Amino acid sequence: MIRFDQVSKRYPGGKDALSRVSFELADGEIAFLTGHSGAGKSTLMKLVIVMERASQGQVFVNGMNVNRVRSGQIPAIRRNIGVVFQNHQLLFDRTVFDNVSLPLLIAGFQHREIGRRVRAALSKVGLADKERVLPITLSGGEQQRVGIARAVVNRPALLLADEPTGNLDPALSQEIMNLFDQFNQVGVSVLIATHDLDLVARMGKRQIVLHDGRLQEGV
Amino acid sequence: MTSGARAAVTRPRDRFRAWMANHRRVLGETLVGFRRDWGTSLMTWLVLGIALVLPLFLYLLLMNAASISGGFEGKPRISLYLDSGYSAQSGKALAQRLADGNPAELVVYISPEEALAEFQSRSGFGDVLNSLPSNPLPGLIEVTPSDIEPGALRRRASEYESLPGVSMVVMDVAWIERLFALLSLGERLVVALSLVLAVGMLLVIGNTIRLAIENRRAEIEVVKLVGGTDGFVRRPFLYMGLGYGLGGALTAWLLVQISLWFLRGPVELLAQSYQNAYSLQGLGVIETLGVFVASGLLGIIGAALAVNKHLREMDS
Repeated sequence: MIRFDQVSKRYPGGKDALSRVSFELADGEIAFLTGHSGAGKSTLMKLVIVMERASQGQVFVNGMNVNRVRSGQIPAIRRNIGVVFQNHQLLFDRTVFDNVSLPLLIAGFQHREIGRRVRAALSKVGLADKERVLPITLSGGEQQRVGIARAVVNRPALLLADEPTGNLDPALSQEIMNLFDQFNQVGVSVLIATHDLDLVARMGKRQIVLHDGRLQEGV
Repeated sequence: MTSGARAAVTRPRDRFRAWMANHRRVLGETLVGFRRDWGTSLMTWLVLGIALVLPLFLYLLLMNAASISGGFEGKPRISLYLDSGYSAQSGKALAQRLADGNPAELVVYISPEEALAEFQSRSGFGDVLNSLPSNPLPGLIEVTPSDIEPGALRRRASEYESLPGVSMVVMDVAWIERLFALLSLGERLVVALSLVLAVGMLLVIGNTIRLAIENRRAEIEVVKLVGGTDGFVRRPFLYMGLGYGLGGALTAWLLVQISLWFLRGPVELLAQSYQNAYSLQGLGVIETLGVFVASGLLGIIGAALAVNKHLREMDS
């Protein structure tokens, strides 16, 4: 699903955020991306969704070399990737329903299909009764689950999460991780960047460890 | 898992339907947005309307000035005054000969009696003329040349002067030249003013849209991250620009109508004092449509410039 081949990323005037990183995330696999702050986790995520381009090496997503795509093809790639952010990136002037339905509107789904899928996604994250409320009235954990519902509503093949439990207490964090695990069990490939090592240890999944932009893969 | 998700939108017909549905939704949201921020919208419409109305006023002034010159219609006429002994019959024959020489042109013979009748009705000297023992006016041939270039007109005039039976040829070339120069100066002024104000409108609309983009910065970011195309991001702002442009055109049109209504009475009074049933001309259907189309286009272009700039900044 994701393959990095000797990937380096250097920001203008800075040091290497990633240097010669190679790894592969198989179809249907779940893995945690860990490392200290500034180790390059976010940069790696940005390369996958083509927010940044690698300085050297190749990045393949779903068999496509995303380093070479024209900017016009980027939307099509992103529609097949669900992304969950630490700060949710929810629109606070829209209802939960409107937030979650956004990827479907963009992909051009029909009205009835949108309603069906949004309700399915919301009930999957346990917020079926909240579709009419504004996100600001929800708790942090609930807001994060809205973000997850938005990431999966389009049924992407790949789910990325950047510090999804950054602001949550351990019990809520566990709940969120279990959700990701459930999506993985129905075939979605999942890559979660986190520095919550206790949680990662409890989940017992594959770990990809970055240190100063270099890979230290463990199991 | 993923194939089912995409099957709904990959067929061209479905894609087109989804695209249309998106346009309908964006149009609806734009209208709701104008109603929600009606204060700002009204201000923008007024600014654009006033910018549009200036060249329109000048254009109308010009149009009315051109048509006030009576049957002139932008074409000079050459008057051939005939010898007083020249009979109506030979006058008509001469007119016919001139007309045969230039089939494209209007040649009219006016007999002394017709000339007298017209002069009586127009000049207000009817009573004085009635007191004269005989008709002092000569017969007249009026030629409306197709070539109104002043040099050509002068050549024609000297040609006519040498015709037998013609006592005098009258054609005020200097007057025609001046009027033409004035009218074309006015036309240039309309064009120049329109261009300057069009740039002004682009800036006003672009700036208004830029503020709208700032307000929706977070939304644009999210839309891009979940796979929205640039077109999807651009669309609501293009509709907004179109709305501002059309609203500005409507405001300008209303201002013109109000001004015409305000001026019509005095203008007709003035015309009456010249024994003329002139009434002020407004904008025709084509001209009105032109204003709306041009203003709407300017709105879309201004919005596109603002959004494209923002999208470029986001990508870099």
